[in-house]
Formats: sequence, C-alpha cells, structure tokens
Amino acid sequence: MARTWGRAPLRRGVRVARALLLSQYAYMLEYRAEIALWALSGVLPLIMLGVWQGSGAAAAAGITAQGVARYFLAAFVVRQFTVVWLIHVFEEDALQGKLAPQLLQPLHPLWRYLAAHVAEQATRVPFVALMLVVVLAVQPDAIAWQAPWRLLLGLLAIAAAFVLRFILQTILTMACFWSERAAALDRLMLIPYLFLSGLVAPLSTFPPAMRELAAATPFPSMVAFPAALLAGEPVAIGAGFATTAAWCALLLPIALLLWRAGIRRYAAMGA
Amino acid sequence: MARERLRLYGSCLRRFWGSALAAELEYPGNALVELIAVIGNLAGSLFVLSLLYGHGRDLGGWSWDAALVVLGLYTLLDGFTSCLLQPNLSRIVQHVQTGSLDFVLLKPIDSQFWLSTRQISPWGLPAIVVGMGLIGWGLAQATPVMVWSQPWAVGSRLLLGLCLLSAAAAILYSLWFLLASLSIWFVKVWNATEVLRYTLVAGRYPVSAYPPGLRLVFTLVLPVAFLTTVPAEALLGRASPLWAAGSLMAAALTLWLSRAFWQHALRHYTSASS
Repeated sequence: MARTWGRAPLRRGVRVARALLLSQYAYMLEYRAEIALWALSGVLPLIMLGVWQGSGAAAAAGITAQGVARYFLAAFVVRQFTVVWLIHVFEEDALQGKLAPQLLQPLHPLWRYLAAHVAEQATRVPFVALMLVVVLAVQPDAIAWQAPWRLLLGLLAIAAAFVLRFILQTILTMACFWSERAAALDRLMLIPYLFLSGLVAPLSTFPPAMRELAAATPFPSMVAFPAALLAGEPVAIGAGFATTAAWCALLLPIALLLWRAGIRRYAAMGA
Repeated sequence: MARERLRLYGSCLRRFWGSALAAELEYPGNALVELIAVIGNLAGSLFVLSLLYGHGRDLGGWSWDAALVVLGLYTLLDGFTSCLLQPNLSRIVQHVQTGSLDFVLLKPIDSQFWLSTRQISPWGLPAIVVGMGLIGWGLAQATPVMVWSQPWAVGSRLLLGLCLLSAAAAILYSLWFLLASLSIWFVKVWNATEVLRYTLVAGRYPVSAYPPGLRLVFTLVLPVAFLTTVPAEALLGRASPLWAAGSLMAAALTLWLSRAFWQHALRHYTSASS
C-alpha cells in the first residue's frame, strides 16, 4: 500500500476513479430494471410540456409552440442527468453502520457516492435515449440541432448543475449525523427546486418579482440555464456558468465543514 | 364463520394501526416537515396554475375554480398515498430483499391484506385536510347559488363524487400494489413505487388540458383521468354516465388484477436464500 502511495498522487487519483467508476457501473447494471423505472419517473417535464402546449399561456409570454417543446425536452434531459439520491442511501448507510468501514479507507467516502451517481447516469443513457426517440417520433421539431461546441457547452452545463445539486444535497445529508429521519429534509428541498428551477414552467412566464426571487436562488442554475442552452435559446453563457460556479464555491465549504462536525459525533449502531 | 373472520381482520387492523401509529409518533418532527411540505407544494401548484390561467385564459375548458377541485382531489389522494400506500407497499421490496416475506406468508392471515394494511402513517393527514379544504372552496365558488337550494341535487353530486373518489382510491391502490409485487421478480425495484408518484403528478390538471394523444394514455394506460378528473366532474355536477361507469369498471378490474397478479407472483417466489 505505502509504496503505491508514494507514486504521483495524480496517477493514484486516476486509478482510484477508474476502479470506483467501473465497480459502481457493474453494480448499477445489476439493477438496470430499477434504473429504467427511475428514468421513467423523470417524465414530469414531458407532462408539463403537454400542459403548456395546450394552454395559451406560453404564447402570451412570447414563447412559440416550438420553443416550448424544445425547452421542456431539454429540461427533461437535464433532469435525467442531474438526479441526486445521496441522502436516501447515506441515511441508510449511516443508520446501519455501513459508513464505519468506509471511514477506515484512505478515501473520502463522498467520492464513492459521487462515483455511484455518475455510474447510475451512465446506466441511464440507453433508457433516456429510447424515451427521446419516442418523443421525437411524436414531435420531430422538439429537438434543437446545435453546433457541436454549443452541445458540448450544454453537456458541461448539465455536469455543473449536477455538481451543484450534489453539493447542496450533501449539506442536507449531513443532518443524518444528527437525526434518524434526515431524508425527510429532501422532501422540503424538492419544493423550491420543483417550482423555482424552471422544471415545471419556463422562467420567462413568471411575473417579474417571482423571476427575480428565483434568480436569487441556486435553483435556476440546476435546470433553467442548462435547458435554455440545450434548447438553443439566446442565453448569457458566461454569466450562467459563473453563477453555477459561484454557488458551488459558496456551498462546498459549508458541506465540508458540516461533514467534519458530523463525523466527530458519528456513532454507528451498537457503537 | 365469515363473521368470525371479519372480526379477526378487524381486530388485527386495530392492533396493526395502534402499534404503527405509536412507532410513527416517535418522530414528531415529521409532522412539521410534512405540514411545510404540503403547504409549499400547494403554494407552488397554485402558482403554476395561476401562470397557466391569467388574462382570461382557461385550461382545457375548465374554469379556475373547477381546476381547484381537481387540484384538491390530487392533494387528497396524495395524502391517502402518504398515509396508507407508501408506508405499506414500499416495504414489500424490503421483505423480498431480506427474505422476511417468508414470515409474512407463514402467518395465518391473507398476505395481501397484511402487506397492504400493516402500517399507517399519520403524516398524510395534512394533505388530506388541505385537499378537502381546496375541494370545498372550489366547489363553493364553481357551483351556482341556485343549486345549493336543491338538497337533492347537492346530495346526489356528493354521493356520486364520493363513490367515484373511492373508485379512484381503489385504482391508485391497485396500481401501487401491482408495481410493488413486481419486486418478486426484480428483487431490487427499490422505491419503484415512487415512479408512480411522479407520473401521477399529471393528475394535478384536468385531463382535457393535455393533447389528445396524452389524453388517451392518461385514460387507458395510466388511468390518471379516473383519479381526479372524473370525480371532480361528478362533484361539479357534470358527470357523464359513461365515464362514471368506466371509472367503477376500471376500479373493479384493477383490484381483481392486483389480486390475481399477487397470487401469480407468489407462485414464482423463491425466498431469499434459495
């Protein structure tokens, strides 16, 4: 062990990441039936697409029918690849003491959970692709063909949104160290996420005051910004990425501080 | 004999719910969380609804007040889910995974009954109360004054509405149970039942708000229409006999299906260690 540690830390990092991702991917493939169901459960933006298309509200806000379709389809993709379920797994692990052996390993346990999320997203890809094909068969104009660089930026924005959501949920998850039912907190966080992120309504249909309120929260960075980018809407790309990065920079230290405080009072079952 | 069995199930139910309530009340903080969640969700739903309405628009031919009845029914059924369906049926997966389903099957009581009623959670109550309030408010606004002076008309509306709401609850239960029993094969459909919760969100809006293709899906494949739209129409006094009959038939069919499917699933059950 000690000898491999002596090597360049970068190489160790690559090796660890590879091992983690591959093992987690194999694990997730075992549960692909479940993940298919999870992918199916992300249909909310498509349902909202149906509602918004049937209503004159989008046109009143100056969005074309095609714009609505593109936005919600993009929001659907963003939602699929930014799902975070850390708190539910962590709650169980902390309660049942499965966290203890992880703490003995020379690796921050959060990396393992992060790798599990990334592996789960990789498992999702075929199911999401299948659902996209179905939607596009019904509505061929719902996809916005993009220049490759813009598509790449869109994917980057999804990744950034995922990281932001992961950090935010890490903060909530740390409540597991103090409470047995911390996962209930996620239910609360889901509410502003649902209504302020642009998942159920494009932010441009909001009244100005509500739009400002939403813009003051991290939630639009999680859906509205990457979705607008993918849908080919005119959007301030630099400012969008800067906002996401700023929120990450603000929340990450809080998460790490809480982790340290929590781990100090962690006593697994029977300890 | 039949009466004795009925009494047995009744007394079991009392014991089940007594102990489940005692366990849940160990976490009084949950009440606050649930209350905030219900109020927040309601505020958000009303906000989105107000975006869709506004400037004299309507949604699929439904007035604002009528749409509130639909939203109220959705909230009510969501509360029913939190009270009874979620605490019980999301555990089936766990029983299959850990093998404790064996112990359930050994009990001298119907396994579907045990699995469906063993737990109860009081945390769905805020949603039920808020949902009923919303239904009442929407009905009071949407019903013409002259109808209130005809007790017969009001009574028949409420009766039919209640009847169709029970059918909706039966459909909802059957869907949950069907999905949960899939775990016999897939073992880890961890929280697969949550999928239903997310797709049934479509029931927040009257089914005529959707494009025709989706309307068909929400009636035949995923019977969202029967959950909220049909009972709401009955309460508003514009029920069509065809839809009402369809709703009752769907309830009977899905209940029978959940029963038959469970018995079929049990034949494929091979315990955890085998």
